[in-house]
Amino acid sequence: MIEIKNLHKSYKMGSNSLHVLKGINFSVEEGELVAIMGSSGSGKSTLLNILGMLDELDEGSYTLDGVPIKNLNETKAAQYRNKFLGFIFQSFNLINYKNAMENVALPLYYQKVGRKERQEKALRYLEQVGLKEWATHLPSELSGGQKQRVAIARAMAAEPKVLLADEPTGALDSKTSYEVMDLIQKINDAGNTILVVTHEPDIADMCKRIVHLKDGVIVEDKKVEQVRASQYV
Amino acid sequence: MFNKDRWKEIIEVLTSNLFRTILTAFGVFWGILILIILLAAGKGLENGIKSDFGDIATNTMFMWSQVTSKEYEGLPKGRRFDFKVEDVTALKENIPNLRFVSPRNELDGFRGENNVVKGLKTGAFNVYGDYPEIIKQDPMIITLGRFINQADINEKRKIAIIGEGVKTALYDKDEEVLGSYIKIQGVNFMVVGTYKKKSNNGDGEQGQKEIFVPFTAFSQAFNQGNNVGWMAITANDQASITSLKAGIITLMKKNRKIHPEDERAIGNFDLYQEFNRVESLFVAMRLIAYFVGILVLISGIIGVSNIMLIVVKERTKEIGIRRALGEDPWSIKLQILMESIFLTIISGMAGIIMGALFIYGVNALLEVIGPVDMFLNPSVSLSVVLIALVILIVSGLLAGFIPAQSAIKVKPIDALRAE
Repeated sequence: MIEIKNLHKSYKMGSNSLHVLKGINFSVEEGELVAIMGSSGSGKSTLLNILGMLDELDEGSYTLDGVPIKNLNETKAAQYRNKFLGFIFQSFNLINYKNAMENVALPLYYQKVGRKERQEKALRYLEQVGLKEWATHLPSELSGGQKQRVAIARAMAAEPKVLLADEPTGALDSKTSYEVMDLIQKINDAGNTILVVTHEPDIADMCKRIVHLKDGVIVEDKKVEQVRASQYV
Repeated sequence: MFNKDRWKEIIEVLTSNLFRTILTAFGVFWGILILIILLAAGKGLENGIKSDFGDIATNTMFMWSQVTSKEYEGLPKGRRFDFKVEDVTALKENIPNLRFVSPRNELDGFRGENNVVKGLKTGAFNVYGDYPEIIKQDPMIITLGRFINQADINEKRKIAIIGEGVKTALYDKDEEVLGSYIKIQGVNFMVVGTYKKKSNNGDGEQGQKEIFVPFTAFSQAFNQGNNVGWMAITANDQASITSLKAGIITLMKKNRKIHPEDERAIGNFDLYQEFNRVESLFVAMRLIAYFVGILVLISGIIGVSNIMLIVVKERTKEIGIRRALGEDPWSIKLQILMESIFLTIISGMAGIIMGALFIYGVNALLEVIGPVDMFLNPSVSLSVVLIALVILIVSGLLAGFIPAQSAIKVKPIDALRAE
């Protein structure tokens, strides 16, 4: 599903440049649930941004579902993001003047799906995350866990190939974190490919594979016995 | 562009900080209001002055004989002369594009001496010997009877058409006017019609106190021979009288044996030139109105542009999210542009409506207090409203352009990081 070869990325900081990713080789199969771990500054967010086509790579190659991701203009990148990827952010990033259903329907709107169908689908995904009754509520009326569940429903709505979650539990207490992880595991059980960036070991243990990043290189890549989040809920 | 979601979003964004939106809109509202009021005031002045011209044929010049100022072919300077009836024919034959050439002789009434008698009443009036065409050059409304016709000219009938002012001065209220006789310098003329002139300028009253008789009858009754004192010459619409004037005067100088360089012998008044001078004044006024109005509008537009920049700044993160979810950058740009255009058009329309109400109020006021000198019916035409709308759309585009550009200039990754 994801194929990365010899990936380099550096940032210019004034006169000197900062080499963040120093040759990453990495691939993800369909249906995997991968945790990317590392301390801050290890390059894990940069890797996720490149995977999410939010940032460009300097060197190397990136293939997503057989499509080479290279030299995209903004319009093309937007199309690919919409078609291939669903994002889950640490700070939820819901649009605060749109209600839960409208937020979930946004990616479908950008796919030019009709209004009625959009609403139906959005409601279906909200139901999956258990928030159907909250469809008409604004983000400000939801708790943190509810917001993240709306964000997950939104990421799912466009039926992407890969879900990218950047510290999805970073802003939540541990009980809510486990609820969110339980949801992510269920989505993964249904066959979706998910990448989770985290620095919390207990969250990483709930994935099926852990990739450790340190100073821009992968230092460890191992399959683990998945801890089910449902037992904590 | 016309889908419901986009409009819903525009409304949501603009109403999320309503007070700020209204303040911003006020700048554009004010600019358009001032533009409309200035244009309407200019139009009112134009209408007022043009109504003073009345329906007079403006492509007309008047020409009369004065005193020569140069010797020529043995004739002395300081010589008095008259045009002759054959000059009228010569003009019609030699100068192309002339519509009417109306010769006129006159007895002055305003020098004070009473020259008209009717029974026991007397009065001093201007008496003109005229041709039928004069009514097309100096329009009047025939209120009773008829005007001079060609048969009157041919048969030298002693008939008269008198103004409403003459009628009030010489007749009792219920007296029969048509068929009665008045005595002009001792000669009896039968009244066959009365007229009223429309123009309401300074000498409006004077205009109602004139008496028209057939040119030929006048010449015979008052011993003018074939002299002509005065001519009203109107050109066809395709040629301006101003361009024909030199030819006319040269021809007259030749026929009347006047030195070709004698500038004083023939007096003339070019109505067309005067009219054009006034016309160019109005054009200048319109230009000034647009200039001032648009300058005021520009400051409003800058306000809109400014606020759109702030809105974009505030929404940087939202724009980042939307791009991460896969919205086309052009769609975001379009969104910002439409918000800006929508805001300018709405506030501009409010300005146009307010301006229309203001004009309506002024007109109502004018109706109550009666006509004001040189000001009549201020208004703006539909074309002005359309021009204003075009200005608004263009300025909305301009106002939104820089903010829209800056909205998509930020990379989605940077926009997402923004707080």
